Amino acid sequence: MSAVDAPAPDEVHDTEHEGHDHPSDKTYVKIAIILAILTAAEIATYPAEDALGSAVIPILLVLMVVKFWYVAAFFMHLKFDTRMFSWMFVSGIVFAVAVYVVTLLTFHFFV
Amino acid sequence: MADTTLTAPEAGYDPDHHMGEHATTTGISNNKLAMWVFLGSECMLFGGLISTYLLYKDRVPEGGITGRGENGVFDIPFTSISSFVLLMSSLTMVLALSAIQRADHRAFRTWVLTTALLGSTFIAGQVYEFTAFYREGLGFTTSIFSSAFYTLTGFHGVHVTVGIVMLLSLFVLSIRGRLASSRAEAVEIVGLYWHFVDIVWILIFTIVYLIP
Amino acid sequence: MAITEERPLALPSGGQVRPEPVLGVFRRPTTTTGWRSWLTTVDHKKIGIMYGAAALFFLIVGGIEALLIRIQLAAPNGTFLSADAYNQLFTMHGTTMIFLTVMPIGAAFANYLIPLQIGARDVAFPRINAFSFWSFLMGGIFLNTSWFLGGAPDGGWFNYAPNSGVIFSPTNGIDFWNLGLIIAGFASLAGAVNLITTVINMRAPGMSLMKMPIFTWMALVTQFLLLFAIPVLTVAQVLLAMDRLYDANFFNVEAGADPLLWQHLFWIFGHPEVYLMILPAFGIVSEILPVFSRKPIFGYPFIVFSGIAIGFMGFGVWAHHMFSAGIGPLSVAAFSLSTMFIAVPTGVKILNWTATMWGGKLRFDTPMLFAIGLVTMFTIGGLSGVTHAVAPADTQQTDTYYIVAHFHYVLFGGAFFGFMGGFYYWWPKVFGYRLSEAWGKFNFWTLLIGFNVTFGPMHILGLQGMSRRVYTYDSGYGFSFWNMVATIGAFIIALSVLSFVINVFYSKKKASSLPPVGPDPWDSRTIEWMVPSPTPEHNFDEVPTVTQLDEFWHRKYAEDDDGRVRRVATGEEVAQSGDGTGVHLPSPSYWPLVVTVSFPIIGYGLLYTLWLTLVGVIILLVGLYGWVIEPPDDIDQPHGPDDDHDDDEPTAAEASDQAGTDGAEDDTEEADDATSDEATESEEAPVG
Repeated sequence: MSAVDAPAPDEVHDTEHEGHDHPSDKTYVKIAIILAILTAAEIATYPAEDALGSAVIPILLVLMVVKFWYVAAFFMHLKFDTRMFSWMFVSGIVFAVAVYVVTLLTFHFFV
Repeated sequence: MADTTLTAPEAGYDPDHHMGEHATTTGISNNKLAMWVFLGSECMLFGGLISTYLLYKDRVPEGGITGRGENGVFDIPFTSISSFVLLMSSLTMVLALSAIQRADHRAFRTWVLTTALLGSTFIAGQVYEFTAFYREGLGFTTSIFSSAFYTLTGFHGVHVTVGIVMLLSLFVLSIRGRLASSRAEAVEIVGLYWHFVDIVWILIFTIVYLIP
Repeated sequence: MAITEERPLALPSGGQVRPEPVLGVFRRPTTTTGWRSWLTTVDHKKIGIMYGAAALFFLIVGGIEALLIRIQLAAPNGTFLSADAYNQLFTMHGTTMIFLTVMPIGAAFANYLIPLQIGARDVAFPRINAFSFWSFLMGGIFLNTSWFLGGAPDGGWFNYAPNSGVIFSPTNGIDFWNLGLIIAGFASLAGAVNLITTVINMRAPGMSLMKMPIFTWMALVTQFLLLFAIPVLTVAQVLLAMDRLYDANFFNVEAGADPLLWQHLFWIFGHPEVYLMILPAFGIVSEILPVFSRKPIFGYPFIVFSGIAIGFMGFGVWAHHMFSAGIGPLSVAAFSLSTMFIAVPTGVKILNWTATMWGGKLRFDTPMLFAIGLVTMFTIGGLSGVTHAVAPADTQQTDTYYIVAHFHYVLFGGAFFGFMGGFYYWWPKVFGYRLSEAWGKFNFWTLLIGFNVTFGPMHILGLQGMSRRVYTYDSGYGFSFWNMVATIGAFIIALSVLSFVINVFYSKKKASSLPPVGPDPWDSRTIEWMVPSPTPEHNFDEVPTVTQLDEFWHRKYAEDDDGRVRRVATGEEVAQSGDGTGVHLPSPSYWPLVVTVSFPIIGYGLLYTLWLTLVGVIILLVGLYGWVIEPPDDIDQPHGPDDDHDDDEPTAAEASDQAGTDGAEDDTEEADDATSDEATESEEAPVG
């Protein structure tokens, strides 16, 4: 009966979603571990702020985007679901980033 | 062994529901599409609040409340832990979804309750944090920094709270036997919302707390 | 284990008492006629009609406000209104016309027409659709109660900070404005999610995106604009509300805040807002012109893509409202350029419409007159708009009557003319009788003349330097003559609106002695004309399979052997009979109304006494949970005329699915329980 508790990913494939396979629980745990490591790296920049100098902001932004991508792609299944969902979400992000970055630019925020 | 794995996915599928999904033009479920459309819109909402915060965060009098700048009140180790808790709640959420999709209702209930508890822990942490800041003299009306900070994180906190209510509703429904695995999509949609809230916190944690 | 509700009714059920208890607190409403059916309906057609009726009511309210303004300005040193009353009136005139008239009329058309034009039985989430309407109405009523509760908002429809702060506007007016428009914003957001899902997911077989009617396309673009613009306004209003109600510092200049933040947020919303008001009218005109020119639309893909381009670019021009606010030369140059560019797709549309009419066999019925009115008046407004793109000129024109003239030419001469054309065009489909042509022509010509007499002179006044939003002027400036002319024009417009109202009742009375109007009175092209007039409750007996753009027209006309296009069938022959059987429609529901009633209560609570908020929140929660446990589709109840549940399987499945999943989310506050709505649906979950 243990098979019911941990079915292999391919068998868990379900007819009710649009013909894509969700990753297995194992993958989810792996992703979570990666996320935990990335978070640890982010936090590590805090004590190391002086050593890193001006590199700290780009490092943090990159880590942030990577974490964002992992959650959206795997936990939210964007990687496996129909492209339509990605389009909706990405268009929201693109509009938001574009509009607000321009706004901050007019306030000379970045210089 | 082999036959169990074959039958497991069949357990709770409801043919009507299945058919209903195929009635759409694109074959995509209406609910999931609507949730994603809504999340697209939420980006504009949080984008506005984050930008407001960014604009105002450095416009505070020298030194601020604690002499370390206004954001000197931040307790990075504490917030790191609560951020980590919220991040891990995304894992338990996705495990809950995976459980209900294979009709493992016990595991589903465990995971969904765990997710709600982790979320509540996060909120409790936020409440504690706000109280601590307030005691240090950083009230909502103290400065433009504090107004922007509390509004942004408070808005996020409200979103998390709403998510917890949804998770608990799912839990209660499952206990009462009204959440068949054919309705796993409901869990998926709540999950999308939950992960989105988590993603927003990933941004807030970096932008508000970590970037010096 | 199902949640069976045995409590007595809290509201009248409105119909025959049903024997078995159903899930939820209320018995399921069952009436399809009478006033109660309107309160509980989830039918997109009824909701569309209610949107239209409410919007016309607010049009009259906003129109009266405009007349009061014009009376005050008719002569120099007017004393008809105080400065304070004048401020409230122009603020409420703008707010009412934009948020409570033009946007809802667009929503009315979108609600009524989108499902019909794409061959659907309803929208994707019928209960959310009802929620949208009631939320809009509650927001509108809440906002207007400010007149009786200490004074209406008085900071202009844009409420620039810090002028909108408590110091400069101590009454609750602007708080009403904030909260009322946030409530109406829920409506827009929920409607946008709903209609986007509908258009993407519920098209008739064979209807690819590039075979969709243009109105549906333009409405889709509009919904995307709403989707991305409304949250920005909500952010701005939340910030302002925090400032006003809880002493936050977002626009407190003393604390170092920057009031330009408000202008940015407001116009990031505000400029897409302009396009989302005009695009539905563009769609309407693009439907009317081909029908009355008896030619296909010229350059369908150009019309579609220019509409999409307008939508995209609409998010990139907002700061041209702020040229005089000191945003720096680089920003001014960039936004000046982007503003000039956005004239291009708009110009493309004008060219397409002109080319559609070119060489056509034109029929000048009232809808056509209004459509041509839009094309001409909007062109004038568009041209004066381009003059604002030139920043130095704009600096001169800002806050003068030149701007007032410009935006009335695009919003009144554009959007409103288009909507009037739409009313005349689709009236037979909606109500089953035609509006009188004689009254219609009177309506059109008085509107055209009144409109130009009112707003044409404002170009001159603006260039002479007359400021907006100033309640009076001295006699020595040379403003007197044109102001008097404009006031006379305003009353001609009022006469025209009155003639429309008269036309509605006159034509209805006359229609009883006329033969029924038939499904296709105008020899139209799109599939909403394939259903009988008025539209039956279930829309299509059988959803048509679409093979080309203008499907209905192609079923009526074909090429003969010589390659000449000939009529092969009449509209009546092609149209459906309207006696569909086995059509299962979503059940009506009280809950959307209950949920939205809580919003104004919460609003008053925030303004006056917090524990009223608590009452509102309890109503909200009860409403949401009622919504959640109510099965979205009442399985016991037939809906079609002869619901036999046996044939038409996909339709039944579709209807129950779409209804079932209502509630995925509306907006942040409701997202919670609404979502578990799906969860609750299966009434016999075989779970341990």
